Formats: sequence, C-alpha cells, structure tokens
Amino acid sequence: MPYPAEQNEKFAAYAHPERLVSTEWLAAALEDGAAANGGLVVVESDEDVLLYETGHIPGAVKIDWHTDLNDEVTRDYIDGAAFARLAASKGISRDSTVVIYGDKSNWWAAYALWVFTLFGHQDVRLLDGGRDKWIAEGRALTKDKPAPAPGNYPVVEREDAPIRAFKEDVLAHLGKPLIDVRSPEEYTGQRTHMPAYPEEGALRGGHIPTAASVPWARAAAEDGTFRSRKELDAIYLDDAGLAAGDDVVAYCRIGERSSHTWFVLKYLLGFESVRNYDGSWTEWGNAVRVPIVKGAERGSFPVTVGV
Amino acid sequence: MAVMTTQALPSALAAIVDDFQALAEPERLQLLLEFSEGLPELPERLSNHPELLEQVVECQSPLFLTIETDRDSAPGPETAVRLFFKAPAEAPTTRGFAGVLHEGLDGLSAGEILSVPDDMPELLGLTRAITPLRMRGMTAMLGRIKRKVSAASGVRA
Repeated sequence: MPYPAEQNEKFAAYAHPERLVSTEWLAAALEDGAAANGGLVVVESDEDVLLYETGHIPGAVKIDWHTDLNDEVTRDYIDGAAFARLAASKGISRDSTVVIYGDKSNWWAAYALWVFTLFGHQDVRLLDGGRDKWIAEGRALTKDKPAPAPGNYPVVEREDAPIRAFKEDVLAHLGKPLIDVRSPEEYTGQRTHMPAYPEEGALRGGHIPTAASVPWARAAAEDGTFRSRKELDAIYLDDAGLAAGDDVVAYCRIGERSSHTWFVLKYLLGFESVRNYDGSWTEWGNAVRVPIVKGAERGSFPVTVGV
Repeated sequence: MAVMTTQALPSALAAIVDDFQALAEPERLQLLLEFSEGLPELPERLSNHPELLEQVVECQSPLFLTIETDRDSAPGPETAVRLFFKAPAEAPTTRGFAGVLHEGLDGLSAGEILSVPDDMPELLGLTRAITPLRMRGMTAMLGRIKRKVSAASGVRA
C-alpha cells in the first residue's frame, strides 16, 4: 500500500482500520501533494449525477455509479476492459491508493468501493463522514475539474464470487444469516420502495425468509461517520444476532444501501465471508416461486407452506 | 428509434428541448446544471409559507412546487399560470429539471401547459445519463403541475 494506514483510536478498534481515512488525514495528505502523481486518487461518487459539478474536493475525480459502473445493456457491472479504461481515465493505476467519498453517509461511495473490490483493487478506502462532513467542516471545495495524467491499469477479470451473491446463491444460502438493510416498511412488505422514493415495480413486498432487519443507516452516526466498533457490535451482534465466523449475505433494493452494510461487516467488524446480493428486492420481489415472508417476523426456513 | 418531435410543445419549452438535443450527453448534463443554477428563489410570500407548496414525493430529492393563477379573470384555457419551485442545492438534477419547466412554462396559459405531452422529460435526451428512477421523478413533477393547472383552470388535461 503506497500510503500508510491512518492511526487513530476510533479506527484502531475496527478489524481493518486501513479501509478508512478521516477528513483531517485526507486534508493533510492533499496538502502534502499526495494526489499530485497519481499515488493517491480521490474519487467522489454520489447519488445525484450532477452533485460533483456543484463543488467537490480539490483534485477529486468523479465516478458515477449508474453511467460509469453499471453495464449499459445487461443488468451487471462493467467488465475488466471497461473498468481498466475507466480507472486509467481517472488517473488511477493498479497500485494507487483510492479514497472514495460521497453524499448520504457514503451510501454510493461504499457501492463504488464494492465494485472496485470486485476487480480486486487492493488499496481502496472510504472517507469517514463523506462529502457532508467535509463540507460541514468548511474544508476546500472547487468546481475545477482535474485533468489527471492517464493511469496505468491492467485488464483484470472481475471476481464476483467472494463478495457478490446471485439469486441462486441466496437460495442456497437460506438458513444462514441474511441482513435486510431496507426500511422497516419495505421489510414488512407494507411498501415495495423506499419512503419518499418512487415506486420501482416490485410485484411482491416482504423479505427473504430468516433475514434480520437492520436498516443500513443505523451504522452511520449523525455526522455521516461510521459508528464506533462498540456501537456496531451492539447493532449487528447483539441485536441482529450475527456471530463471529458467520457467512453473511446483505441485500436491499438494488444493492447500493447493502454495499454500505457490506463494508461495515467486512472491514469494520471483520467478517471474512460477506456477500452483497445486488439483485436484491428488485429481483427477489419479482422472481417466480421464491419464498417470501411478510410482516415483522423473520420467518423460518424451510418455509412451511399451506398451514 | 422514433424521431422525437417538439411540434406540440410551447415555443419556449421547444427551444429548450432543441438546445438539449443539439448537444452530446456530457454537455446535456452541463446544461441541466446551468438550469439548476438558474432556478429562481421563491418570492417571500411563499418562502415564508412552506405550507403553500406541495411536495412531489415521486422525486428522489425533496422537491416542492406550487402554481398561481390570476384570480381576477375567469378560469379557463387562457388563464395565465405562474410556477414556483423549491429544491435543495444538494439536488442539482432535480433542481435542473425544475429550472427547465420554469423557463419553459412559467407565465404560459393553462391550455398551453396542459398540452405538454406527459413524456416530455424523455425529449431532453438524458435517459441514459439519468436513472429510470429519477426520470420518473421528473415525469411526476410535470404531472403534478398539470393536475394543479387543470384543477385551477377548470380545463381538463
């Protein structure tokens, strides 16, 4: 890793403190010229495709989850050749330290980090607190778009299996821990879309049998930073009932909110085997003959039918 | 792909659509950003009375709008309509589309506004760059305006 991990008390309690940097650390690194030669690349990834253009961290490049990371035709992520082109065009080389930040407590930034991880990018970190914290602290913003020298990025084949679950994987996983990170209303089946968001056309409401409901934002504090190790342990181990060594699958609606939870479980709490089911409810809630539980209870597996 | 026509649109809106269609995608987004920056502030009588605005819940970001018509003239297709929008700076895409509708429709007659096709947002050529979810929010914004104009003018959409 080109840049040493940040050392501080909060991060040290996490399983992988090297996956986070604070706003102070990033500001100091930028001050030291870390971004000048492509050794450290700052990436902004937001929900709103135009938010970066209204002002961003000086030197930061933009990667849009929809136009840059998703394949335009197939419901899938871009392939290795497209990722290599994208990374190089943003000044990212295979050995670059990439720091990603974004709006909404890093919701979309975590999604981008997860996609970088599908391609095995070694050193990719989140800015704790994201865009909102940087702005709240009155740190520098600019509308100047950087024109980085192209990075040197090889074509790497995406390796989905370790961190990505498909519908068939989830069916085979039933009986092992699942975390549903959507709102309580989506979990119970009262609604099939996020509160205050438009309907996205899932034909059935509810959750995957046995899934624990842990809305993703519980992992974030008021200022958008991740909650402390102690608080996260209380949420995911005590409340949701996960135990060390568990093989976990997280899901939401299209896999973005659950990327945030995936990051928490994988890097902050140190679960070795955590997969994000990106098909999520827009697939499961429309799939034929998959089991669904309605209501606040987790339900059981095997599902008892017709009782 | 069907040829997109701007024939049915009021002239100011047709001109905006033409501007978007003449550009490549990155410049279309840049133009939408300019519309977001150009969205006028609410007049004081509305900014001090948020309850007079309605939220379009289909939009991904908080978007509030209202319309006003001239109370002195009889309602009908000739009634002039003023449009007012409020959206946070952190939601530039939503603001941008509100800016397009404001510049394209503000001050027009009820009949003209109601003649705008419901799928007008698709004409801006942003359907690849902007997610389907957000496009539906934009369509909902236009739909809400048309419903309010119809109710205020007594003209059916």
